[in-house]
Amino acid sequence: MNYQKEWDVIIVGAGPGGSKCARACAEKGMSTLVIDRKQQVGPPKRCGEGLSKRWVELSGIEPTPRWAVQYIDGAILISPTGKKVVVANSKTTGYVIERSQFEKLLAEKAIEAGAKYMLKTQATGLLKDGDTVTGVKVLCDGKEKEYKAKIVIAADGVDSLVARYAGLQTTLPLTECDSGYQYEMAGVPLLDQQKMELYFGKDVAPRGYVWVFPKGDGVANVGIGVMGSDITTAKYYLDKWIDAHADRFKNASMTEINAGVIPVTAPVKKFYANGIMVIGDAARMVNPIHGGGMGATMEAGLMAADTAKEAVDAGDVSEAMLKKYQDKWQEVRGKEFAKILQVRKFFEKLTDKQMEIIAEAVDPQIMIDLGHGQGLGTVIKTLVAKSPDAAKFAMSFLTGE
Amino acid sequence: MAAKIDKELCCYCGGCASVCPFSALELKGTYVKCDPEKCVDCGICVKICPVGAIEVKGQRGENK
Repeated sequence: MNYQKEWDVIIVGAGPGGSKCARACAEKGMSTLVIDRKQQVGPPKRCGEGLSKRWVELSGIEPTPRWAVQYIDGAILISPTGKKVVVANSKTTGYVIERSQFEKLLAEKAIEAGAKYMLKTQATGLLKDGDTVTGVKVLCDGKEKEYKAKIVIAADGVDSLVARYAGLQTTLPLTECDSGYQYEMAGVPLLDQQKMELYFGKDVAPRGYVWVFPKGDGVANVGIGVMGSDITTAKYYLDKWIDAHADRFKNASMTEINAGVIPVTAPVKKFYANGIMVIGDAARMVNPIHGGGMGATMEAGLMAADTAKEAVDAGDVSEAMLKKYQDKWQEVRGKEFAKILQVRKFFEKLTDKQMEIIAEAVDPQIMIDLGHGQGLGTVIKTLVAKSPDAAKFAMSFLTGE
Repeated sequence: MAAKIDKELCCYCGGCASVCPFSALELKGTYVKCDPEKCVDCGICVKICPVGAIEVKGQRGENK
């Protein structure tokens, strides 16, 4: 298929952010091209596939059994000694999804709206006029081609090079990301069909956690995230954990192996330059405490589409114009993520013993608030009240020393 | 210089490319490429790799 060489918007990456953005751009009447290096929209997933209700709603797609495979009403947090804390309220509902189908559906909606897709097409560089991005260089079917665009949107995931081609600093520091590994398995007995299980502890997963996310009929994503700077691999910790639960997994086996790196940090400093905007994992727009990024990237995709429309209409793709996108994102999501990052930094300093005290004494509702960047004060107070030796630790955290 | 990527172990997640300060690593459609012109053997990618598929100067991540 030979598509036109000039577009209003070219989006690199056909993930949830790219396709959500593409649909919005096309609906606004802009000619929109999406390119992806893979030969299929969707797999392989780098994802635990949990999506909360508010993001399911934002996706604009009805949660049908094709993709929203398991309704979730809460989570069970398991402390290092095995204490279970059940958290469930209106904020913890959602679905575990079949992400490959979800991504395909988002692409189908974008195509219905008028966007075009090119697969097996790798962005190899950017076209520039001075310091303004004016399009993308691609390798498609082994041939080098160039496509011009008024606006380029980098939605090319955690390993984004497109943002780097534009001169933006996106290198992920090792201490600011988790190394992730996962098996999708069948035959997994669950504590509760409708709850996600999260296992904590320094020996279980340094800084991270092991998750078991049910997908219905005994199928589950069993995965792990561990601190990126640990020389021992995520695979090591996950295999160790599964072996330690041999009885539970005796009738289970894998149907997929997934790996990936999860940014658990603040977004990149600047996610725009003349003629280009960056969305999603490529800009590190990930919830730093649970590592979820599908919702944030779809939301950013919509914001980027708004700004793209304004820029294209005004014939102004300068940084001054595109900065509006980042300002909007900071206002809507950035402040919340900054608070959540504080929560992550607090929790990663806790000893297993302190974690037990929290699991024992803190109201489970507060645990849910933590995921939204609230309630840290209550947790610190509880910890200090129960454990005098935590006072010094809490003080050093609060004063940043 | 170049990071050695074990194709048998690699899961093509691109984690190494995310952390490489020199943009030496790139996830292509179905493989990971290390550009020997850019790689300085710093070994950062060795630590992030979830499956221990990368070797730099004899160092590799440890699997069970």
